[in-house]
Amino acid sequence: MKVLLIAAGLAVLACAPFAVSDYGLGLLIGAVTYVTLASGWALFSGPTRYVSLATVAFYGIGAYTVAVLNEALPYPLVLISAAAVGAAIALVVGLSTLRLAGIYFVIFTFGLAELVRQLITWFEVNVTGTLGRYIFLDLTARDIYWQMLALGAATIGLTAWINRSRLGLALRVVGDDEVVAAHSGINLARTKLIAFVLSATILTLAGAIASPRFVYVEPAIAFNPTISFLTVIMALLGGANRLWGPALGAVPLFLVFEWLSANFPDTYPIFLGLLFIAVVFALPDGILAGLEKLRRRGGEVRA
Amino acid sequence: MLEVRDLTIRYGKHVALQDASLSVSKGTMVAILGANGAGKSSLLGAIGGRVRPSGGEILYGAQNLLELKPHELVEKGIALVPEGRGIFPGLTVSENLSLGANPVHARAKSDAGREQVFTLFPKLAERRTQIAGTMSGGEQQMVAIGRALMSAPEMLLLDEPSLGLAPIVVQEVFSALRRIRQTGLTILIVEQNARATLDLADHAYLLEAGRISGSGPAETLRNDPAVVRAFLGGAVTAQT
Repeated sequence: MKVLLIAAGLAVLACAPFAVSDYGLGLLIGAVTYVTLASGWALFSGPTRYVSLATVAFYGIGAYTVAVLNEALPYPLVLISAAAVGAAIALVVGLSTLRLAGIYFVIFTFGLAELVRQLITWFEVNVTGTLGRYIFLDLTARDIYWQMLALGAATIGLTAWINRSRLGLALRVVGDDEVVAAHSGINLARTKLIAFVLSATILTLAGAIASPRFVYVEPAIAFNPTISFLTVIMALLGGANRLWGPALGAVPLFLVFEWLSANFPDTYPIFLGLLFIAVVFALPDGILAGLEKLRRRGGEVRA
Repeated sequence: MLEVRDLTIRYGKHVALQDASLSVSKGTMVAILGANGAGKSSLLGAIGGRVRPSGGEILYGAQNLLELKPHELVEKGIALVPEGRGIFPGLTVSENLSLGANPVHARAKSDAGREQVFTLFPKLAERRTQIAGTMSGGEQQMVAIGRALMSAPEMLLLDEPSLGLAPIVVQEVFSALRRIRQTGLTILIVEQNARATLDLADHAYLLEAGRISGSGPAETLRNDPAVVRAFLGGAVTAQT
């Protein structure tokens, strides 16, 4: 029943491009992109509670890989290369940083996004002598939408599968208490690394798939830190520990920010900050957990 | 079975443990008694692989434990119940126990282990679907010990299982330990509650300011006037 419902929902979403305007399709792509980013982020950061601000580092790496390779390789190979580059970087970064706990990890991941951006800027200015690349691919907005929808669905499917596996239990347990987890025989380093690499690969692919829409890519566009912050807020708002939480947070927030940035282009980061604070204070575990708590309280009153 | 030789642990300039040596033979229960800050948890941390000592060695049979990471220790048959509540508060009792059976050699025995845990702690059988974090302190401690037993250990390390528990609950925990002892499991326990521990253990080491200040059979220590004064806080006659 549930599977049928999800399949039907996915079919409706897949047919949506035929029913909406170009602007509507743009909105759909944006919303699905953020659903993918938030769900991909939560795959690692949800259960382990390692808050990563490196989303845009991987997203940008995906976009840049496409920008560099789009004329040299056929498109499917470009996507595979992007995924491989993202996974390789995540492996190196994960091995060196997943020992960091709490706030140090947050700061490091934020620094990582800046570092990658500065490195690419330096390389482009000093070696290739250009800052900015064009992506000319024969892809329509619909193609991009379908690819992103497939990636988003695969992400949520993968999360559901992991939640039920030994790895999922191990991840939740690592988030609860690393000392007890280690003494239960869980290999902390391996568990965290697997999830981090999976999550980073998804984020990189999202960047790669979204990039043809940019047409022109430069580091400031591909590595815009707002993307990292938005992803975190969206996942937290919906509930980073729930399968559908990140998606639930991503859709309304994306629409709100789309509207804000259209109507208040200069002041909208203020709203972003306020919203961040509001989410952390009012709904630390997300809307879904908040609703459950309300329902439980309601139940107690009736009883 | 377990042999600690000249173990020294330093945190910067602070020496937490100085040349501590002790041994635990198979099937016995050995206690390490000491006040706060005497170095008890550092000692257990080093055995459990969480604290890197600056000197000495820890042997488990022929295996040098200092070469192993915490999760590898469990595979070797050493289960540790960390200080405080060694549980996963967000999971149910049953899930906590399943996680304990993570080592390869324990997975096959998981059902038998569960039976054993439920026999030892009948309360846990009734509450297997309860979220562990919502249980009382004593019940959480039982979940923690149960989780450790699920890994089918040869040796159980307990870090202050009575810490922060009400006296009546402490009694419950210790009577559970007595039953676990009867199964023949080797136990190393670190405790502040000297009286209850000495009633149960075969042998004990006294730890004071980072050094082992004395050791002996538990029965002897129980009646040693110096020990009574320092650790039991009362006259010998209080013992009956």
